[in-house]
Amino acid sequence: MRVEFLSGNEAVAKAALDAGLKFYAGYPITPSSEIMHYLARELPKNGGMFIQSEDELAAINMVVGAALAGVKSMTATSGPGFSLMQEGLGYAVMVEAPIVIVNVMRAGPGTGQATKAAQGDVMQARWGRHGDQVVVVLAPSSPQEAYDLTVKAFEIAWGLRVPVVVLSDEFVGHGREVVEMPDKVKEPEPGWGSEDYSKPPFGSDDPRKPPPLPPLGEGYDLLITGSTHDEWGYRDVHSFETHFKLVKRLKEKVLGNIEKVFMYEYFGDDEADILIVAYGSMSRPARTAVRRLQAVGFSVGLLRLKTLWPMNYDALRSYVKDARVVIVPELNLGQVVYDVRIVASNDTVVVPINKVGGGVPIYACEIVEKAQKVWGEVLEEALQP
Amino acid sequence: MRCLRKHFSRKYLREEVLPTPFCPGCFNGVVMNAMFKAFEELGVERLKGYVFVSGIGCSSWIPSPHIKADTIHTLHGRAVAVATGVKLAKPNLNVIVIGGDGDLAAIGFNHLVHAARRNMDLLVILVNNLVYGMTRGQASPTTPEGMRTVTTPYGAYEPVMDVAELIARTNANYVARWCVANFNQLKNSIKEALSKHSRGFRFIEVIAPCITYVVRYEGKTPGQKIKELMKVCRSNTETPYGRIGILKAENKPGYLDRYFEYVRKATEGGKGE
Ligand SMILES: Cc1ncc(C[n+]2csc(CCOP(=O)(O)OP(=O)(O)O)c2C)c(N)n1
Ligand code: SF4
Ligand SMILES: [Mg+2]
Repeated sequence: MRVEFLSGNEAVAKAALDAGLKFYAGYPITPSSEIMHYLARELPKNGGMFIQSEDELAAINMVVGAALAGVKSMTATSGPGFSLMQEGLGYAVMVEAPIVIVNVMRAGPGTGQATKAAQGDVMQARWGRHGDQVVVVLAPSSPQEAYDLTVKAFEIAWGLRVPVVVLSDEFVGHGREVVEMPDKVKEPEPGWGSEDYSKPPFGSDDPRKPPPLPPLGEGYDLLITGSTHDEWGYRDVHSFETHFKLVKRLKEKVLGNIEKVFMYEYFGDDEADILIVAYGSMSRPARTAVRRLQAVGFSVGLLRLKTLWPMNYDALRSYVKDARVVIVPELNLGQVVYDVRIVASNDTVVVPINKVGGGVPIYACEIVEKAQKVWGEVLEEALQP
Repeated sequence: MRCLRKHFSRKYLREEVLPTPFCPGCFNGVVMNAMFKAFEELGVERLKGYVFVSGIGCSSWIPSPHIKADTIHTLHGRAVAVATGVKLAKPNLNVIVIGGDGDLAAIGFNHLVHAARRNMDLLVILVNNLVYGMTRGQASPTTPEGMRTVTTPYGAYEPVMDVAELIARTNANYVARWCVANFNQLKNSIKEALSKHSRGFRFIEVIAPCITYVVRYEGKTPGQKIKELMKVCRSNTETPYGRIGILKAENKPGYLDRYFEYVRKATEGGKGE
């Protein structure tokens, strides 16, 4: 076990190296740049390649090229850079390139507030590309989790041949805490270790099983295209069958493995009256709020989402159904609250708490006050004759 | 007929995808042929170890799906970036980019010029057909002034971009420009760029006017156009398409040479920063 005092950004970089990262391309942007700085120092000394690309379009496409060549690769960015990467991310979905993209969220839209934390890119991470597709989105809440989830991101990306977005935020990225790391991380393997290169590289009888990714240069004559293709990569830009089969498989590949990709943690009372659903940095004040509310006798719990996409609505529903009040604190104008509304019954009171800008967090006391106020209203209503 | 031998280029092709989808007479076939002839003369029997990367456009279909090798058909404009990733991840692979004037000179020019500046170890072949062929003949940065296209119905009025000259002004090792009529010179350039000048950035522009949206619009046949280009495109002459010939042939260390030198410094020096 190694123990170090790290920022979330450093933890991401360290985790990537531990998971076997050998290629990094990126373009400087606050508040993600420390990831790049760390890797610029370490990768060349560790047999890896580091390149400062000319822009984010280049970064993501270089990373896709390196991943297709069979090398663990990653890029990191923030808001505007993440917007520029969307087309490349969709391409990675289509060619099933196992890449990891870190987005350290800052306040947008536009250039917004470059140095200030936000959680406004959840919907973009999920849906930012044209066409139907699923990527995996993980949201760390601490430097420790930035480390753990980055390792996990490589595991999922290579296990399923799917791009994974690590959706960090400025508080996590620049926050500094003690991080415990295992002495050695098992390098994530393609297809969770079962690759058969005689099988088609873009098709699979079992949609839950990703096709193998044979290495370039070994004589497999790989035919890779971002256009609609059959299981051997032959382009077919006309037929309904080929397209429908492909996009459905790409979706089912991820959703069929939801138990491997969907991660969360519950903290608090069983079947709590008041449930807080939070993620990333804002799950930290939420946890404090739970303790404070418990101390004054409330039945309360925190459902902390580590995976933001794909959403396991059954799991979410199983927690929401017992609650009378669900509070969703987010550093945005309301995004994950929509998931809660999807699963909440008509009797459940869903209460968003939204703030963003200036590097101002949602304080635990604000969550506590809101919970007490809403609970009071619920009781009052229940006591009405 | 037993007396007919299979064309030599068939060994480089995925025969199952033939015929190509190109318009009859399209000069993409000439570029393909010159490239295959170069491989043949270099004694390359099988394209193992070569990776062809292309973007979106008619010319991007030259490698994908036709060439029997690893081929990556990327987004519009991003071929050079993907190729860079492949090359840096697997330095022993030979990475070749083929793309159009829209792909490499418009939407993807930033990657092109930076790869050239870095002297990235890639061969890039620009098939300059003077328009956006695939999307039905709109003007491109290389459309000659006065030419009528669907987006310049009264004649193109923006000055032309001379891509080869621009790339020659960077740190690129090798830059040449030929017309499809210069078949042998083109083939020899490709050979050179894969042998004598096999490191750093190599860029070959081929003037190959789109048959459907340029040549036919001019009321000419492909044959007439080739004859015209034969007269115009002589080595070391100025033409309406810019200077023809080898514009630059050097052998400076490529990106990877420099990177490995940098790595040596990093590992010896220790700390960094
Ligand atoms: C981002 C994006 N914008 C636009 C297009 C549409 N598009 C496809 S090919 C093309 C132009 C192709 O021109 P060129 O690169 O010169 O290739 P050619 O077909 O002439 O060989 C365009 C604009 C696209 N595929 N992607
Ligand atoms: S449109 Fe032009 S470039 Fe495209 S295939 Fe036809 S002739 Fe060739
Ligand atoms: Mg063109």
